[in-house]
Amino acid sequence: MDYALIWAILVAVAVFAYVALDGFDLGVAMLFPWFKKEADRDIMMNSVAPVWDGNETWLVLGGGGLLAVFPLAYSVLMPALYMPVIAMLLGLIFRGVAFEYRFKTRTNKHWWDLSFIVGSLVAALSQGIMLGAMLQGIKVVDRAYAGGWFDWLTWFSVFCGIAVVIGYLLLGATWLVMKAEGELQRRSYGLAFKFALGLVACITFVSLYLPWRDSAIAERWFSFPASIWLWVLPVVLAVVTIGLLRSLKQRQQGRPYLWSLGLFLVSFLGFAVSIFPYLVPRAITIWQAAAPDNSLKFLLVGAVFLLPIIFAYTGYTYWVFRGKVKADAGYHD
Amino acid sequence: MVESFFSDADALFLARFQFAFTVAFHIIFPAFTIGIASYLAVLEGLYLKTRKPVYQKLFRFWVKIFAVAFGMGVVSGIVMSYQFGTNWSVFSDKAGPVIGPLMGYEVLTAFFLEAGFLGVMLFGMNRVGEKLHYFATLMVAIGTAISAFWILSVNSWMQTPAGFAINDVGQFVVEDWFAVVFNPSFPYRLAHMLLAAYLTTAFVVGAVGAWHLLKDKTNAAARKMFSMAMWMALIVAPLQVFVGDLHGLNTQEYQPAKVAAMEGHFKSETQAPLYLFGWPNEETAEVDYAVKIPGLASIILKHDVNAEVTGLDAFPREDWPPVPIVFWSFRIMVGIGLLMVVIGLWAGIQRARGKLYDSSLLHRSALLMGPSGFVAVIAGWIVTEVGRQPWVVQGLLRTADAASPIAAEGVGASLLAFIVVYFLVFGAGTVYILRKMAGNPETVHIPEYAKAKPAGMAAERLMHEEE
Ligand code: HDD
Ligand code: HEM
Ligand code: HEM
Repeated sequence: MDYALIWAILVAVAVFAYVALDGFDLGVAMLFPWFKKEADRDIMMNSVAPVWDGNETWLVLGGGGLLAVFPLAYSVLMPALYMPVIAMLLGLIFRGVAFEYRFKTRTNKHWWDLSFIVGSLVAALSQGIMLGAMLQGIKVVDRAYAGGWFDWLTWFSVFCGIAVVIGYLLLGATWLVMKAEGELQRRSYGLAFKFALGLVACITFVSLYLPWRDSAIAERWFSFPASIWLWVLPVVLAVVTIGLLRSLKQRQQGRPYLWSLGLFLVSFLGFAVSIFPYLVPRAITIWQAAAPDNSLKFLLVGAVFLLPIIFAYTGYTYWVFRGKVKADAGYHD
Repeated sequence: MVESFFSDADALFLARFQFAFTVAFHIIFPAFTIGIASYLAVLEGLYLKTRKPVYQKLFRFWVKIFAVAFGMGVVSGIVMSYQFGTNWSVFSDKAGPVIGPLMGYEVLTAFFLEAGFLGVMLFGMNRVGEKLHYFATLMVAIGTAISAFWILSVNSWMQTPAGFAINDVGQFVVEDWFAVVFNPSFPYRLAHMLLAAYLTTAFVVGAVGAWHLLKDKTNAAARKMFSMAMWMALIVAPLQVFVGDLHGLNTQEYQPAKVAAMEGHFKSETQAPLYLFGWPNEETAEVDYAVKIPGLASIILKHDVNAEVTGLDAFPREDWPPVPIVFWSFRIMVGIGLLMVVIGLWAGIQRARGKLYDSSLLHRSALLMGPSGFVAVIAGWIVTEVGRQPWVVQGLLRTADAASPIAAEGVGASLLAFIVVYFLVFGAGTVYILRKMAGNPETVHIPEYAKAKPAGMAAERLMHEEE
């Protein structure tokens, strides 16, 4: 069996689970500047407080999983993306502690609000920058990163960073559509609409720019007829976009969030198709990066058995906290 | 690479400093959350069994403190899991196939469990029934212990590697997973660390209890927690000394250079003395200003006065760990361990005399000992980790060969950022925790459990009907 391929798919699932789940709670935090009232902010925070830690665990699985099954990729990517990784970690510290601290202080609340917003923004931006830096390629010599420590910084990587921020804002706004009521919900519809248009514009731009810049990607997409089936993706993208905008117009509650995830899923598949079979684009394939088979097998046994259980109790937690968040839902003081 | 103003040695030093700094900060939180999670499970269990309100008050009191500490543990932990790659990329490439899956199991079996049930534990009180809530508390406690299991297996493998081969690109490849997970030092390290976490927590709880008792001897909740903590001290502290001794004998077998540094033995000799204090001088290979008991080290390590104890002279100079750091950290840890035993015994005697809540000297001493567990834990890890130097994987991979190709400027910048952010953020957290601890446990607010067992709608409907 091709364990490396199975693991590549599993790691992709973990990364997508992370984006789907932590994306909305980072987004909710970045929406704070649009909602100045303390009562609104309390509701926003309470809507993610019981689940954020579990959401972030997918990031730990992504990192830990990469080390376990693709150690070579992990040991090349981390030094290459040193600065944005560290920035992301620092951002996550600021936002993670804000959940607890914010309710423990009266006089310094605005500081922890700020730490929540800026921490989340830095984390989201860094994640997008890492994505961009990966897509533009990483220099590898002799199983090690061989570039400088600012190679990750280009206008393209920053563009990807901004795109991810907008994407998470969309997830956050559609999450609020689902969890909030009244004025808070009404304004979330409007914001979601704008972010949706912004995100689709970004996706379109990246889809046009990448093949233009990178001939290998162009070849993958434009080698007819072999690539014809790939063109399902842009069509699906169009359908999802229309579905999202309509569901927002029709004031649906849960659908907009799912449609937004659809946008992410399509982009995600687009990237996967573009870089496959590389894990570090144009340098290391998934088979070169993979750990020896017996390491892959050892962890796979556990993953196959444990992931369904994890999905089950994670689902249970969401179910316990389902429904609209009320103003008096009250964080423990 | 960009031309660097600094040398590779500087970059290595900074990377080591950064790892040591961030991990020492991280371990402070698990040392407390592992213990307090179990304590909370005990408290809630006792409440459900006896229905005495004092247990419920204590639960509410400590769960808020737990929440803050846990948050800090999570964010400082995430930093750790990425640092292997950012700063020790050669190590990650080579040892990834061995330690990676173990940490993968940690995520799958421990981190998800903790995080998944944490929400229910902290916010679910009025959404699920009390049985389910208790279940969530148990899962969080068990999760923290499972987490310790895996990460200590990883660390122990780096100390006493087993069950592997080396492939043609220089990676460690596993031949026997059981031998990897249960490597020779693992059982000792796991037992020692879990006990350390329980002791650390016991002394924190004891100190908070003592503080409230000093203000008001009749405070029922304070009496309860002080009493529980002192039982722990009485039983667990001596156990820890015993386990620590076994741990040391195991280390003697597998990492003799580390033990030689702990003991300050430069020369291999029979009737080796036990140095109580002194300053190991690496230049002259002597312990200056030594206070020693002749022959005792031979007795402790070999159970025979005339047995020869291996000294550092048995190892090439470049394989020595930094002796004074290891020597002194060891003495700090053991000193605190012995003090803990003394407190436990003293409290036991006062209890027997019926004076447990009246001895303000005991209460003051317990208050002073509050942070001692943290100091011992960090000292213990310094013994373990610095004592392993110059190796990352004992005898196989040198720390100097394990680092990432990052210029010193980059590491320096991140180190500075970590230092500033950690002191700021975790400093604030500590202030909030201390404030919570100062609040009177007798007057905590207690939310209602949900009335019916099934979560959510059914429960809510029922509650409406009852209203
Ligand atoms: C003896 C126990 C122990 C030790 C030696 C370590 N940890 Fe830890 N860690 C825990 C015990 C723990 C815990 C009890 O499970 C924590 C503490 C508080 C918490 O939230 O979980 C945790 C949290 C925690 C998290 C966040 C988990 C989450 O998202 O919920 C990560 C990623 C790590 N740790 C990773 C590490 C790494 C890479 C370490 C080694 C350098 C390390 N830990 C040492
Ligand atoms: C959590 C408690 C821990 C503490 C307080 C701790 C402390 C330290 C310290 C002080 C050093 C520096 C030694 C030196 O360079 O002189 C170090 C090194 C190191 N430790 Fe640990 N450690 C802990 C756990 C772990 C674990 C669980 C692992 C592995 C999974 C680990 C992996 C390493 C590595 C790779 C190094 C080498 C880098 C270096 O020398 O700085 N440590 N640790
Ligand atoms: C007097 C009793 C004690 C003895 C004889 C003792 C012995 C030891 C030894 C020999 C080591 C190093 C093992 C190695 O690296 O191979 C160690 C490590 C350690 N000690 Fe202790 N210890 C004692 C008390 C304590 C106390 C009271 C605490 C904390 C409350 C503690 C916490 C630790 C920790 C966290 C480590 C590092 C992890 C490990 O290697 O287990 N110790 N101890």
